[in-house]
Amino acid sequence: MKFLDYAPAPESQALLNLKSDYGLFIRGEFTAGRGTPFASINPATEEQIAMIATANQTDVDEAVAAARHAYDGVWSRLSGSDRGKYLFRIARLVQERARELAVAETLDNGKPIKETRDVDIPLVAAWFFYYAGWADKLDHAGAGPNPASLGVAAQVIPWNFPLMMLAWKIAPALAAGNTVVLKPAETTSLTALLFAEILQQADLPAGVVNIITGDGSTGQALVNHPGVNKVAFTGSTSVGRAIARSVAGTDKKLSLELGGKGANIVFDDAPIDQAVEGIVRGIFFNQGHVCCAGSRLLVQESIHDDVIDRLKRRMQTLRLGDPLDKNTDIGAINSAEQLARIRELSDLGQQEGAERWSADCVIPENGFWFAPTIFTNVTTSHRIARDEIFGPVLSVLTFRTPAEAIAKANNTPYGLSAGIWSDKGSRILAVADKLRAGVIWANTFNQFDPSSPFGGYKESGYGREGGRHGLAAYLKPAVRSGSRSIAAAEHAPVSKKSASASKKSASAEKAAK
Amino acid sequence: MNRLAIPKTYKLYIGGKFPRSESGRVYEVLSHQGDFLANAAKGSRKDARDAVVAARSALSGWASATAYNRGQVLYRIAELLEGRRAQFVDEIENSEGVTTAVANAQVDEAIDRWVWYAGWADKYVQVAGNANPVAGPFFNLSVPEPTGVVAIIAPQGNESLLGLVSAIAPALVAGNTVVVVANENAPLSAISLGEVLATSDVPGGVVNIVTGSPAEIAPWLASHADVNALDLVGAGDLDWVELQISAAETLKRVLPPESGADAAAPALSRILAFTELKTVWHTKAIL
Repeated sequence: MKFLDYAPAPESQALLNLKSDYGLFIRGEFTAGRGTPFASINPATEEQIAMIATANQTDVDEAVAAARHAYDGVWSRLSGSDRGKYLFRIARLVQERARELAVAETLDNGKPIKETRDVDIPLVAAWFFYYAGWADKLDHAGAGPNPASLGVAAQVIPWNFPLMMLAWKIAPALAAGNTVVLKPAETTSLTALLFAEILQQADLPAGVVNIITGDGSTGQALVNHPGVNKVAFTGSTSVGRAIARSVAGTDKKLSLELGGKGANIVFDDAPIDQAVEGIVRGIFFNQGHVCCAGSRLLVQESIHDDVIDRLKRRMQTLRLGDPLDKNTDIGAINSAEQLARIRELSDLGQQEGAERWSADCVIPENGFWFAPTIFTNVTTSHRIARDEIFGPVLSVLTFRTPAEAIAKANNTPYGLSAGIWSDKGSRILAVADKLRAGVIWANTFNQFDPSSPFGGYKESGYGREGGRHGLAAYLKPAVRSGSRSIAAAEHAPVSKKSASASKKSASAEKAAK
Repeated sequence: MNRLAIPKTYKLYIGGKFPRSESGRVYEVLSHQGDFLANAAKGSRKDARDAVVAARSALSGWASATAYNRGQVLYRIAELLEGRRAQFVDEIENSEGVTTAVANAQVDEAIDRWVWYAGWADKYVQVAGNANPVAGPFFNLSVPEPTGVVAIIAPQGNESLLGLVSAIAPALVAGNTVVVVANENAPLSAISLGEVLATSDVPGGVVNIVTGSPAEIAPWLASHADVNALDLVGAGDLDWVELQISAAETLKRVLPPESGADAAAPALSRILAFTELKTVWHTKAIL
């Protein structure tokens, strides 16, 4: 070890008490799945962590039935304050078991322990705590007095923030009075199953939350199940599109949080060292597996060379390696499949003429890894400037005027996030007004908070998660009488008329194709 | 001796102008008794696409107008409607076969609805936006913004003017621009409304009205990549599930068909259906 090298500082796994096999969590109990179980591996070592059950159609039916039973029998009859108390309990239990959850998440996902410990798991607790307090205050949620819950919510979440995405989905759904069937991503089921143990400790009534594991076909069976009233999905735009098609014509309420190609705009008056930190946070946080990543750097031409020099210098200090090491900045890529996609798009970037540069770092022998990489000389037509790479790969473009920056930032079918770096407040406000993105960070990036709505414009999806607006995805206005007077409509927006039953069954057939 | 009347040529309303359909097609509009009233333009796929281009061009200006300005412009429509109410009453009586009193009541309600929505223009952001108390040194604000170009299939029922107004007014409040397919059987009040809009302060292209067959035109709008949202309020008799499936290709925001007396009832939710919530995190200095 040389002077100023870091000694290994791995977080202990001793506090984990993992089982070798995990079943499905239905009606408050773990049950064996009827599908073929699969191994969940540690992407940093490729070692098996546990065997995970697969839910087939019959299991999905059972989970939805359990959620319906719990909705009708218990959860929809419970007072808001009692629902809130359960959520507060869950928040506290997550805090109590935070380190264990952080270690398990890092093991299963490959992201650095400093992120799971300081970002993911604290936000999970915060999300439950925030929505717990909403449960008995829904009159103020924006849907008018006495808003109604929807029923059974089908929720399908991605692998990039496994437990955090679970919290984003379950907390508002339960606060609003719905019951849940949640399917975690195939490669990251572990913490959802530990969370099921927490639900048992919280004594949450059986069936209020059901967790079913499996691959995409399990998710498909869940969102297409006729017994669900709500579908919430976070993941790729292509899957989101397929879900939007499949729920067309049904009464299922849909919210989609999909891909992005966020522009991080650095103006010439920006505090450059801080901007460089923000660029790093924007694209290398969580190995770039972030839908709202700042994956396109738009830097004003006059400061381009300076920014890139400083960025490269900073990137040389990023430590890639053992995700459980407390000093690790860049962990493992979540799966071989994702690594292949990152490699493919990066190679394409090179072929299309962009200039590739990666930080020097030793790539561990086993596991899935990708060195932090930037591309300069990127043009707007390059695939790496248009497609979501979902990895630690930054595409750098330049601009001369604010108008050009705005035009380039908006030149994408996505519209999830953007960043603005400038010392001039009036410029930040004016540029933020013109950006077509749901979340904009000024002189910061990748900040999340349960009180702050999150979600996209355009093909980044619809609906919001977080904040008061996040409740709207799980509520409907109180049913009102047939009056069409303006006074009646003021507080109780019209409920969408369902079409004839024949249309609905026709659509179910269409959904199957 | 009776003076020979001069009948009106009913055309489309696109980009602030009144073109005939590029297809050269017309269809007969009949009174409820089956008498000939007019030849309306039978809009085509290309007319719909022209209308989308016009709506897209008008978007940035309309969306960036101040809320106070948009409110006044929308209110001005009500003023002009009031002044030309006789014409609308006449058209409604003829094409819908209702009494003068009933036609008057419909025009009253249509005008009042414009006024109600106009008043929302500088308020909906306050009601639907939010300051968010995030745990950190940030000023965090959420505001609704217009979704973009909204394609609407106008209600096809009896109240042609009221249905049309109920569908387009809420989309305009937030600053969206609109392409609307009019009531197929009773399109006259839609084109007359276009004349009102043309002489009001609504910029050309903000509202584009296409007459013709919704069944023919709607699929082109539902699948058009430059349309951001689709209001199927009047599409109940079409194969609207197929339209919704087409709309999923570019993840358009979709409102489903409505029917009955309550269809397109005035509601804040109709305004918000065509908005996107933007949340901006401003970093606070550390003092």
